[in-house]
Amino acid sequence: MIEIRSIRKEYVSKKNRVIGVDNVSLTIQTGEIYGIVGYSGAGKSSLLRCLNLLERPTGGNIIIDGIDLTSLSSKELRKQRQKIGMIFQHFSLVSSKTVYENVAFALRAAHRSKDATKLRVLELLEIVGLSDKKDVYPAQLSGGQKQRVGIARALANEPTVLLCDEATSALDPTTTKAILQLLKKISSELGITIVLITHEMEVVKELCHRVAVMQDGRVIEEGPVYEIFSQPKQELTKQFISSVLDFELPSHLIDESEGTIIKIQFEGQTAGESILSDTLQSHAVKGNILHGKIEYIQDVPLGILIIELIGDAVQIHSALEYIKNRSSSVEVLKHVTA
Amino acid sequence: MSLLNPIVNILPDLNKAFLETIYMVGVSLAVALLIGLPLGVLLFTTTRNLFFESGIVNRSLGFAVNIVRSIPFIILLVALLPLTDLLTGSTIGPRAASVSLSVSAIPFFARIVETALREIDRGVIEAAIAVGATPWMIIKDVLLPEAKPGIIQGLTLTTISLIGYSAMAGTIGGGGIGDLAIRYGYYRYDNTVMITTIVVLICLVQLIQMVGDKVSYIVNKR
Repeated sequence: MIEIRSIRKEYVSKKNRVIGVDNVSLTIQTGEIYGIVGYSGAGKSSLLRCLNLLERPTGGNIIIDGIDLTSLSSKELRKQRQKIGMIFQHFSLVSSKTVYENVAFALRAAHRSKDATKLRVLELLEIVGLSDKKDVYPAQLSGGQKQRVGIARALANEPTVLLCDEATSALDPTTTKAILQLLKKISSELGITIVLITHEMEVVKELCHRVAVMQDGRVIEEGPVYEIFSQPKQELTKQFISSVLDFELPSHLIDESEGTIIKIQFEGQTAGESILSDTLQSHAVKGNILHGKIEYIQDVPLGILIIELIGDAVQIHSALEYIKNRSSSVEVLKHVTA
Repeated sequence: MSLLNPIVNILPDLNKAFLETIYMVGVSLAVALLIGLPLGVLLFTTTRNLFFESGIVNRSLGFAVNIVRSIPFIILLVALLPLTDLLTGSTIGPRAASVSLSVSAIPFFARIVETALREIDRGVIEAAIAVGATPWMIIKDVLLPEAKPGIIQGLTLTTISLIGYSAMAGTIGGGGIGDLAIRYGYYRYDNTVMITTIVVLICLVQLIQMVGDKVSYIVNKR
């Protein structure tokens, strides 16, 4: 379990003082995949780097599995860091070392024997699918392969926590998917707690159990990913989510339509039910689907449908009531009282 | 035959001078490596946000390095005569000249090492810190290997500079090729010797640069 307690990080230069992280407290459960999103400059990277004390927080405590990292001596801190893997946006591999040597470096830092190191490196390269590249230099690898080496290095000393600093931001969409799948596998098979920062909501949707949204150094919203997606409260959160669930209808479509336009949001099980056909069967209204989409977040459907209802006012009113009872939210975009 | 005669005549002298130059440059290069390399590493690792961060150490070392580097070599040579006498028991000959050559080579090479280390991506150093490596491991396994191509280029540069400086040391009795050129070429107006020494120097410098470039290329895995 990771406990982040009132972390503050200030950057002091000669002329001014910038607050990077402003009093953030979070608890991340063991085995959880936790996402931190925000635009650049929001402080998410500073916060992540405080977790293994790459940056020492100005105030507050970081407690991982009961050990307060901020109180350790440098020797004890090095030992704890071996239990906290980290991967980076630009992979950060040692270019003068082969894939094998890059991974072995982490094991040597933990004083493993030569034989144990060899066995472990080969095992790790197997996990990340790079067994055939062990004697190759990083310059000869693709971005995705480099990140796999980074992951192997981060996992070398059987960490309990894996920190991901924009781990897929420098990769193309296909490679991103593959790396996310690998992280998912690592999380479920090894039970490692993953903390990742990203500006891509797509990554959060694919991978995370819980998410925190950061702005100006503060966490402005936090919760289970499904909840954040289905009921975002802050404006910024809504903005982030719209990158995944975008349902803007062309305005002329709304203007030209004759009926009442409603936007229905289905959550969880109800998304699978046939609300629309039930409504149309039990009410004397006609329905046109203008737009629709079902996203699966952690395998739970979240659906949004925009439909036009045509019929007399009483019937439409009753149909609306019927839908309201069976879906999580209904929003009337255009009301026609003919 | 008559054209070659003067060259054949000075061959023993040329040979001796050549070996003396190699000796002076070799010794000071070795000292530069032995002291300048750690000094360069210290200059780099004491900067902000690095594991030996220390403003005082960094500024004092930087100041000392700058002092030596601001003194023109010919003046340093004379100024260091008492030290040379103390260390070698003499102020003339290649052994004596090696002292001031070394003193000037140390800060020169240290700055080159520092610059080569600055070129390393900070993320790579951070990744090493994040796996819990000790500073010594990071220096040995990350900093030096990553900076190796730059350091070898720097070593080439230092060697060539030292050959130039060694000629200056030759003028005040240091021996070597510079001494030869001054004695024959300048004092006796012997153009053959002058041109011969120049040709030898050109070949030497070309060779060193070629070898340096080649080695630097081989060790560069980027």
